[in-house]
Amino acid sequence: MESGESHCEAMGNKRSGAQIIWECLVHEGVSTVFGYPGGAILPAYDAMLDYPSVRHVLVRHEQGASHMADGYARAGGGVGVALATSGPGATNLVTGIATAMMDSVPMVCITGQVPSKLIGYDAFQETDITGITLPITKHSYLVTRIEEIMPAMKEAFHLARSGRPGPVLVDITKDAQQAFLDWEWDPSPVKLRGYRPKLEVPRSQLTKAVELIKASRKPVILAGQGILHSGAMKEVRTFAERINAPVAMTLLGLGAFPASHPLNIGMMGMHGESWVNHAIQEADLLLAFGMRFDDRVTGNLKTYAPNAKKIHIDIDPSELNKNVTADAAIVSDLREALKDLLDVVRPADHDQWLKYIASMKGDSAVRDIQSLPDNGHLYAPHVINDIWRITEGKAIVVTDVGQHQMWEAQYYKHDEPRTLITSGGLGTMGFGLPAAIGAKMAKPDAEVWAVVGDGGFQMTQAELSTAAQEGVKVNVAIINNGFLGMVRQWQQFFYDGRYAATPLRSPDFVKIAEAHGLMGLRVDKRPDVAGAVQRAREAEGTVVMDFRVEQEDSVYPMVPAGADLDAMIRRPQSVLVETAADPN
Amino acid sequence: MHHTLVALVEDKPGVLNRVALVFRRRAFNIESLTVGRTSEPGVSRMTIVLDSDQTSAERVTAYLYKLVNVLQVEDLGNVPAVARDLALVKVTVAGHDRAHLLRVVDETRAHIVDSGEQTMTLEITGEPPHVDGVIARLEPLGIVEMVRTGQVAMRRGDTALSAAQYIAG
Repeated sequence: MESGESHCEAMGNKRSGAQIIWECLVHEGVSTVFGYPGGAILPAYDAMLDYPSVRHVLVRHEQGASHMADGYARAGGGVGVALATSGPGATNLVTGIATAMMDSVPMVCITGQVPSKLIGYDAFQETDITGITLPITKHSYLVTRIEEIMPAMKEAFHLARSGRPGPVLVDITKDAQQAFLDWEWDPSPVKLRGYRPKLEVPRSQLTKAVELIKASRKPVILAGQGILHSGAMKEVRTFAERINAPVAMTLLGLGAFPASHPLNIGMMGMHGESWVNHAIQEADLLLAFGMRFDDRVTGNLKTYAPNAKKIHIDIDPSELNKNVTADAAIVSDLREALKDLLDVVRPADHDQWLKYIASMKGDSAVRDIQSLPDNGHLYAPHVINDIWRITEGKAIVVTDVGQHQMWEAQYYKHDEPRTLITSGGLGTMGFGLPAAIGAKMAKPDAEVWAVVGDGGFQMTQAELSTAAQEGVKVNVAIINNGFLGMVRQWQQFFYDGRYAATPLRSPDFVKIAEAHGLMGLRVDKRPDVAGAVQRAREAEGTVVMDFRVEQEDSVYPMVPAGADLDAMIRRPQSVLVETAADPN
Repeated sequence: MHHTLVALVEDKPGVLNRVALVFRRRAFNIESLTVGRTSEPGVSRMTIVLDSDQTSAERVTAYLYKLVNVLQVEDLGNVPAVARDLALVKVTVAGHDRAHLLRVVDETRAHIVDSGEQTMTLEITGEPPHVDGVIARLEPLGIVEMVRTGQVAMRRGDTALSAAQYIAG
């Protein structure tokens, strides 16, 4: 046992509820917790000092704690843990919990609650946080007795990490934390009557899938985040190579299948590659691996992939036949299902189909814009493309939400799993910086970049103090266009260019960095990008880079919300010519 | 269209809340929802009547299964089932021919469970359409108060719904 520090040894088996919380965390393998103290969680904070093996990161706002726990979980593959007090502490976690729920991130949030006798009396800092988070947690517990702490904690970790992962909230009253109990860790596995995360691969659906694969001449694999959760990277690759099928990526799937693999045709959906969306629309078979046919991926459902049969493999039964009706619906762990499929699926040749897709790329395949001419202005894709080149595509990149997020997805090519961390489902601005700090904590040896917009950065920039206090190094690239860029883009396209509340005046980000004792750099010319990126990489602590990019650039191509997937708005001719010849 | 689902759930605090949330969150309309004990300790039974087509009944089932406290869901939409609804109806007595009133009570198999000076309280039990029919006949007499339990239902035949296979531990 790692725990049992001196303070506890004197107590024999006696433990306070607060100590039991930490005992459970230690037993669950938790080494880092993100939190903020307060009245109802004070007993747990006091007991924290008895458990020095767990690192506590003091955030500046509880939203930062839930995003850090999220980034920590996504980068490291384990469970992220956030800790907060009752009332406002708990409600401040909510945005981060909802973000984790939408993107299936394993997370346990522990909140203090007012003493059980005061529940329901509108006590100071009382809030019904289990009620508030009901629709945005995988499950939740209100613990009012010390005996219930260990079962709730064990179940919370089990639920968070198994099946389709998600956030679980454990709300523990102050009196339960303060009580004492003769306590011992129960090592037996968790069993829940109504929870069956392990599912047998259904044979009949598997047989159907095999037939569909055999009959297909124009298959497309849709690779989602489920590949990462299932750890099926190798199986997907073997499978794609076996049937010689192109692989299209969802935003959260990026990295699950190498960007540089010849079968990887790129990202699908609203800001996906045009040829990928065309390929999906013309396909005769879609193989959906751990993805959920989100509306940003399908466009108009009525006209989506009209000629394609669908094989859908997902661990969550409620995702099958939700948006798209599956011809073979396989509810199972993806890796298990692919292993079974690989036993029976024969090699196929789809060279003609692949050549056809390649021909659709035509002259529009320039995502590598290093040597493209520019007009002296700095474009966001330039910056991101340069970061990709200089970091050799090996950094963990955490984004915020908006234009820069889509440019990151287009211009930073991820070959390794868990190297792109982004709020896909909820689209949470303010996610980037705290999630990047969390990611760096999970992967201290990795180079971590936060690519954020000037809007989103300001939502949670207080966490720069956390990075400074904890000595965490992340490189923050602010793609600063002086607008809430994606909203501005929608206003330009769909609201007659009426820029309501999108022009944004920001503080001097270099001075902000310096006020934190951190390095700040400003770049407004293309030739200066590489030098600044290199300086940031070599600096010891967190560096904030203010990239002053073209103000009214837009993300192309774009499928307007609800439009047919192949009805894309394309980039008009410009210096950042999407249609120029690839220099390589 | 109406659709009946039965859910066996763990008898724990907040479970009704969680189930109800599925309907609100996914914008499904509930016609009625009843909760009660079963013969199995720690297991409650919910009968949910949905105002829905077949597709959304399937969706509801899938979402209910996502809840950790839901043990089993049975769709009674496509199997023979017994369904019962109970109504208590207080009707005006004054100003009516008492013999006519008693005839209606008799013909509709309603029971008089209470009577006052101005009113009479009737109990009607049966298949929901039967209860609807009786209420329609009583309406002209003047209904002053009414309550319905909502439907409970059970599959016909020897097949029994049980949570016994989901034993904890």
